[in-house]
Amino acid sequence: MTIAVGVSNLNKQFKAGDSVIQVLMDITLQVKLGELTMLVGPSGCGKTTLISIMSGILSPTSGEVVVMGHSLNRMKDREKVLFRRHNIGFIFQQYNLLPALTAAENAAMPLIAAGIGNDVAINRAKDVLQKIGMSSQVDKLPNQLSGGQQQRVAIARSLVHNPKFIVCDEPTAALDAKTGGEVMQILREVANDTGRSVLIVTHDSRIHQFADRIIEMNDGRIASDHYPALVEVKE
Amino acid sequence: MIKIAIKMLLGDRAKYLGLVFGVTFATLLMAQQVSIFIGLMSRTASVVNDVTEADVWVMDSRVRYIEEVEPLRDVELTNVRSVPGVKWAVPFFKGLSTIRMPDGLTQQVQLIGVDDVSLVGICPKSYMGDPESIRHPQTAMIDKNGYKFTWPEQPFKLDREIEVNDNRLTLSAICDSTPTFLTFPTIYVSYATAVQITPQGCNKMSFILVKSAGTDPKVLADRIGKQTGLQALTQDEFAWRSINYYLTRTGIPINFGITVFLGMLIGAAITAQTFYIFVIENLKQFAAMKAFGVTNGQLLRLVLTQAALVAFVGYSLGIGLTALFFKATSNSPAMRGFFLHWQVMAGSAGIITIIILISTIFSLRKVFTVDPAVVFRG
Ligand SMILES: Nc1ncnc2c1ncn2[C@@H]1O[C@H](COP(=O)(O)OP(=O)(O)OP(=O)(O)O)[C@@H](O)[C@H]1O
Ligand SMILES: [Mg+2]
Repeated sequence: MTIAVGVSNLNKQFKAGDSVIQVLMDITLQVKLGELTMLVGPSGCGKTTLISIMSGILSPTSGEVVVMGHSLNRMKDREKVLFRRHNIGFIFQQYNLLPALTAAENAAMPLIAAGIGNDVAINRAKDVLQKIGMSSQVDKLPNQLSGGQQQRVAIARSLVHNPKFIVCDEPTAALDAKTGGEVMQILREVANDTGRSVLIVTHDSRIHQFADRIIEMNDGRIASDHYPALVEVKE
Repeated sequence: MIKIAIKMLLGDRAKYLGLVFGVTFATLLMAQQVSIFIGLMSRTASVVNDVTEADVWVMDSRVRYIEEVEPLRDVELTNVRSVPGVKWAVPFFKGLSTIRMPDGLTQQVQLIGVDDVSLVGICPKSYMGDPESIRHPQTAMIDKNGYKFTWPEQPFKLDREIEVNDNRLTLSAICDSTPTFLTFPTIYVSYATAVQITPQGCNKMSFILVKSAGTDPKVLADRIGKQTGLQALTQDEFAWRSINYYLTRTGIPINFGITVFLGMLIGAAITAQTFYIFVIENLKQFAAMKAFGVTNGQLLRLVLTQAALVAFVGYSLGIGLTALFFKATSNSPAMRGFFLHWQVMAGSAGIITIIILISTIFSLRKVFTVDPAVVFRG
């Protein structure tokens, strides 16, 4: 199985007062394991809405969502929470780390939420942090870390429970170019070397070079979908 | 998860202290004021409750509470004694008198005259000298605090002279009496002495104290009332009547009620608001936790753990401070006999629990309804 997530004929409408806004229009799309996929497009075109639906934190108005072979459509809210707990990793623009917890404790949160004992969870989190060059930072609090280091903690948190599908919304927007590049390098390795599917929403064209595949959206539809490396080869 | 909850709470030092302060403040104010109130109210009946030997108090039918005294005629004593079921009946004098202080000023005192033979109604706890000595004419016993009040900074010493209503009496004993509502010194004399030193002519008897020969006090009281036309109450009834008088006829309960209510309200407001802000500030983190698989049930436990910790620490501090307060003031006459009742502790705990639960419910609504999708939005 190489497909991580597939959506078909996806529509999403938001009701705003009396009017209805159609944000996603008939989207059909698959993202694959082992690839880093980027979702780009102008502000308001529906990128965040799409990855929210693909990661099971928002329900579509119509259309089907299948993650790692499981259809989300038939799941109740609680089942979706438990499904996310085991199958999906999240990385946010603002990191969303708990300020009172150390790097290792923050990274261990998904395991602790799943009921794994604190010590075991924190040790596993330390292992993951070590792999992404954070071994000397494990006991620091978020406010003792730089932005890039905080985002690495968030990456560790998204990986600690070993999910196959990682979604990131603007992971480098708050970082400078160099740090952003380092973070992207890690995410790229996560996709290519560990066989996961990483889906990144970004405005940041500086990081396009790290993408295996770039999907461009416009006004709720997919405008283009290509593999840059292959294009270069053609040229 | 519990460890996470506690770390989260303690991590925000300022808010944590604010929360604990709110609960401590509410607890302290409630527990302290209610205890003082209970203490004051029970003082109103202390004269009645100190007379342990009597089952029934007989008085003029117009008397509403212990501080109100209508003299009885001497013949009433004979009438009461003739009621079947009465084992004994003795006169009891209670009134206000003045003493002359060493500096020449006068001071009001509570004068109690007890039956010369039986000494029924005398202060039950002796401190110095022999209480029986007041059977001698022109001798008196004073309560410890009255002594300190009359002769400040002087060691306890017997055989001093004390001038009551311009009569010189010799101090032959000192006792340790339960404080009364009006914190005047209390002077105990024999009934005969009381009659002698009280100016107005004949009627000296304030109450008749009755011991039942085995009849139920309530039945006996009714019988005495019917047969003599006087008002006869069991000790309990009379004590409660005095307490109720203060409760219903004075502004004291309202005053305390307002203080306690304000304490509760301010404490609750501080606690609820701080807790709400604390939760709201962490809302994004909660939303993120929901995204990566923390259930509402887990968040409920997390927030409840934080609330319980705040309540526990704040309440313990509040009760501790209240206890310290009563310990520190236990020697002051105004505060003597006041202590922290376990019922007050339990009641405060109950109210703190309610305050915390309300704060939690308000904040939790936000946590439950926060859409994990918000974490992807700036
Ligand atoms: N909960 C909502 N209710 C109503 N409208 C919404 C809601 N969420 C998103 N929208 C609208 O849907 C459209 C797409 O929003 P979305 O956040 O998916 O865009 P985006 O491509 O991620 O934009 P950006 O690049 O600025 O993050 C916008 O017009 C937005 O106003
Ligand atoms: Mg967006």
